[in-house]
Amino acid sequence: MSTDAAVMLRRNFKHTLRNPITVFNAIFMPIIMMVMFVYVFGDAFNVGGGDYIDYATPGMIMLAISYGLSATAVSVSSDMTKGIINRFKVMDVSRGAVLTGHVVSTMVRVTVAVAAVIGVAFLFGFSPEASFTQWLAAAGVLLLVIFAVSWLTVALGLAAKTVESAGMATVPLIMLPFFSSAIVPADKMGPGIREFAHYQPFTSIIESVRGFLLGAPNTGQTLAAIAWSLAIAVLGYAWARAKFGKRA
Amino acid sequence: MTSSVITASGLKKSYKDKVVLDGIDLDVQAGSIFSLLGPNGAGKTTTVNLLTTLLAMDGGTARVAGYDVATETKGVRSAIGVTGQFASVDELLTGRENLQLMADLHHLKGDEGRAVVDRLLKRFELVESADKASSTYSGGMRRKLDLAMTLVGRPQIIFLDEPTTGLDPRSRRTMWTIVRELVADGMTIFLTTQYLDEADQLADRIAVLDQGRIVAEGTPEQLKRQIPGGHVRLRFADATQLAAALRVLPESTSDEERLVLRVPSDGGTKSLRALLDRLDEYVVDVEEFTVHMPDLDDVFLALTGHSSDSTNSIDSQTEVTTK
Ligand SMILES: Nc1ncnc2c1ncn2[C@@H]1O[C@H](COP(=O)(O)OP(=O)(O)OP(=O)(O)O)[C@@H](O)[C@H]1O
Ligand SMILES: [Mg+2]
Repeated sequence: MSTDAAVMLRRNFKHTLRNPITVFNAIFMPIIMMVMFVYVFGDAFNVGGGDYIDYATPGMIMLAISYGLSATAVSVSSDMTKGIINRFKVMDVSRGAVLTGHVVSTMVRVTVAVAAVIGVAFLFGFSPEASFTQWLAAAGVLLLVIFAVSWLTVALGLAAKTVESAGMATVPLIMLPFFSSAIVPADKMGPGIREFAHYQPFTSIIESVRGFLLGAPNTGQTLAAIAWSLAIAVLGYAWARAKFGKRA
Repeated sequence: MTSSVITASGLKKSYKDKVVLDGIDLDVQAGSIFSLLGPNGAGKTTTVNLLTTLLAMDGGTARVAGYDVATETKGVRSAIGVTGQFASVDELLTGRENLQLMADLHHLKGDEGRAVVDRLLKRFELVESADKASSTYSGGMRRKLDLAMTLVGRPQIIFLDEPTTGLDPRSRRTMWTIVRELVADGMTIFLTTQYLDEADQLADRIAVLDQGRIVAEGTPEQLKRQIPGGHVRLRFADATQLAAALRVLPESTSDEERLVLRVPSDGGTKSLRALLDRLDEYVVDVEEFTVHMPDLDDVFLALTGHSSDSTNSIDSQTEVTTK
C-alpha cells in the first residue's frame, strides 16, 4: 500500500471510531438482530433438525457484513460532495489511495463485526463441526465476499448524488440477506421469493459458509459464491474507477 | 521587473449546451493579488477549477507557474494551493489533525510536520481550539483552518474562492490581513469575490466577470476611471444660496429638499479648483463640499447594465439613474 493510502486509511479509522452511529450500526446492530432471531423467535423457526443457532450463524454473519456497508457509502459520498476530495486532488493524492483507504477500512470494520457476531454465537451455544482447514476455507470465502461488497459499496457511494441517497443505496444490500437462506431455508418461502432466494448471490455465499462450518462442505455453492464475489468485485472496482474519473 | 505566473487565453467551458465560460483571458503577475469579481453564477468557481486542474477546459490554453494546465497537471499542482468556496476541512478531525493530515500527505517528516502544524495553529490563532473537532468551529475559524491547510505545502500561488463570503466584518478584516501577509511573504494570490469593496481593498488588478465573459480588467483606479458618475456634492445653508449656485453651475442637478447640488466632475484637482473659484467669484457660500468618486458598484452597473449582488448596489443604482 502506498504511503498516501496508509494516511487515508488512518483517517478513515479515526472517522469510524468518532462516529458512534457507525460503530453501532456495524457492530451492535447485527448482534441485536442475532439476539432477536435466535433468542426471541428462534424456537418458532423449523429448519429441519439441529439447533437454530447452528443454522442461523452463517446468515447472521452475512447480516453483519451488509449492515456494516452503509457507513462506507455515506463516508465516500461525503468525501466527494464536501469539497475535501478537491483538496486531495490538487495535492496529487492518487484516486487509488483515497479509494483503497475506504475499502481497507471497510474490510477491517466488517471483519471485526463478523468476529463479534461469531463470538456472540458461541455464547448462545453455537457448536460448529468444522475442522481447522474448513474454518480457514470459510474465512477465505468471507474475506473475498467482504472485499467484493466493499468495492461495490464504494462505487455506490461515488455514484450517489447526495450523502442521504448514498445511505439509501445500500438498503438493498441490507435487505438481500432476508430474501436468502439466512434466516430460513429458501424452500420454506412463498412462490416467487423462493426462486429469487434460491438464485441470489447471498444464498450461495451463506450455503457455502454454512457447509464449511457444519463440517459438510458444499462445493457447488462454494464455487458459485466465489464466482459471484469475483463478479461483484470486478463490477464494483470498474464502476468505482469510472465514477471517480468522472467526478474529477 | 515583473513576470506572469498565471496566463490564460480563450478559456472556454460549457455544461451540456450551457456556456459557462466564453473565452476568458487572464494575466496575473508574480507577487500580486488578482481578483476575479463577479456575481453569483458568473463563472468564478469554474475559472478556479479550470486553472487548478480540477476541471478540463473545452477550449483555450492556460499556464500556471510555467506549467501547461492541460498537459502538466503534476507541475501545476506542485506549485499551487487551493481554498475552495465551500470549506474543505475534515469535520470529524480536530484542527490539529486536519493540518497534520496535510503534512502527512505532503510527506513532511515527523518533527518537521509537527513544527509546521504548530506554527500555522499559532499564526491563525487556532491554538485554543486545536484539539476540538472542527465541526464545532465557527464559520470564520473553519475558513482560517481551511486556508491554513492550504499553506502546509508552502505553495507559490494560492487560489482563494470567495474567502470571505458569509463572514462577519471582523472576520473579513482578519482574512484580508492574512491575505496581505501572504503576498508580503512572496506568494501570488488569485482571489474571487462578489464583494466590490473586497476587490477594491485587496487587489492589485481586477477582472470583472459577467456571464462567462471578462467585461473589464485593470487596476481598481483604472476601472473607476472608465465610467462617468464622479461628482461633487455641495450643501447650502438655505434655498437662496442653492438657487444662486444653480444659476452659476447650470450643468448640475439640485435637490431642493436637502439643499444639495450635484456637480458632475472627474475629481481632478484642476477642475475642483476651477469650480471653487467660480463659486467664489459669484460669492456663493457653501456649507459642505464632498467629492464622490464612483465605487466599483457603479463600475459594475455601467459595465454590465445590471447591478452586482452586493448589498450597497441599490444605493449606487439610484445614484447613477438620477444623473
Ligand atoms: N456541474 C455543473 N453542471 C451544470 N452547470 C453547472 C455546473 N457547475 C456550474 N454550473 C453552472 O455554471 C455557472 C457558473 O457557475 P460557477 O460556480 O462557476 O459560478 P460562480 O461565479 O462561482 O458563482 P457563485 O458566486 O454562486 O459561487 C452557473 O450558472 C452554474 O449553474
Ligand atoms: Mg463559486
